[in-house]
Amino acid sequence: MTDNDPARAAGGGWSLVFMAWVLVTAATLGSLFFSEVMAVPVCVLCWYQRIAMYPLVVILAIGLFPYDKDVVRYAGVLAAIGWLLAIFQVLLVAGIIPEKIQPCVQGIPCSETHVSLLGFLNIPVLSFLTFTLTGILLLFAHRMKPS
Amino acid sequence: MNRKTLFVSVAGLFVLVFVMLTLIYQNYQGSLQGRSANANQSVVERQGAPIKGPVDARVTIVEFFDPACGTCADFYPLLKKLIDQYPGKVRVMMRYAPLHSGSDQVVKMLEAAHLQGKFWPALELLFKNQPRWIVNHVSQPMRARGILNGLALDHKKLDTDMNQTSVTQAIQQDVKASQVLNVRATPEFFVNGRPMPSFGFEQLSELVKDAVADAY
Repeated sequence: MTDNDPARAAGGGWSLVFMAWVLVTAATLGSLFFSEVMAVPVCVLCWYQRIAMYPLVVILAIGLFPYDKDVVRYAGVLAAIGWLLAIFQVLLVAGIIPEKIQPCVQGIPCSETHVSLLGFLNIPVLSFLTFTLTGILLLFAHRMKPS
Repeated sequence: MNRKTLFVSVAGLFVLVFVMLTLIYQNYQGSLQGRSANANQSVVERQGAPIKGPVDARVTIVEFFDPACGTCADFYPLLKKLIDQYPGKVRVMMRYAPLHSGSDQVVKMLEAAHLQGKFWPALELLFKNQPRWIVNHVSQPMRARGILNGLALDHKKLDTDMNQTSVTQAIQQDVKASQVLNVRATPEFFVNGRPMPSFGFEQLSELVKDAVADAY
């Protein structure tokens, strides 16, 4: 609990970054399972979110061994970009942003969802939750940085 | 040391779970496909849908297609070749799956042309001229209609038929069937109710070869 203790603070930071890594790795494999195994079509917005998500698996892992507190900076930017894209798509699916301005032209509308867990967890919402949680974890890891 | 062990075991666990879920899913899909292969027949085919080839052929290739789909146009020569390759034994049935935006209007034109017995020439014309009426993967119904002006048919009737209930109902039935059959991309083929194991020219040819061997 004592942020003043540098060793303990670094340990807490490591755990948080590790949890973020577990999260993004699960999300990455999950998205690959949807598209490659279940053959769910991937819309353009989903690809943009993947571009932000997939590198996190590698970047966070590198930042863990040895623990590099600066990994939060590199990963944080990607998580922020992914979060913005995810919230855009969630609003699109919810119909708050009109379909007209959606960038999908390949015959796969981004406002169409294919997988729904528990009635509301579609893929864009999962992506949004993942980026949000990742961002929070990284933020806390950043706060733990011994000054 | 502890952290490394933790990391490696979690990573290993991820890979293991992914592979296991993949195998389970594929196994499940496989059993589903085998069971529904023939039960599906009534959903796969629609009476009155456009047919090419002998009516009494025992092998039916059903294609769910979008006139704006480039791959559908690429498959068209192969379909003609398959009909010729097994004379009297293979026919092709076309069903609408207008996935591109704007295509819903274009398939209405095709179905209206079908009422005048001009489905195939209309389809060939649209396939051949795809770049002229599809802009950035979006169908332009007005342009498609312009291209169909080149056909010898009753154009006034075509325009009124487009919005006739029998036309919209036929298309609706196809769209519903495509949803039941999980058609998410075009073209999707069913040969006597059996889908392709994986996508490709070769796979379709093989499937037809097997179906002909089974039926004759």
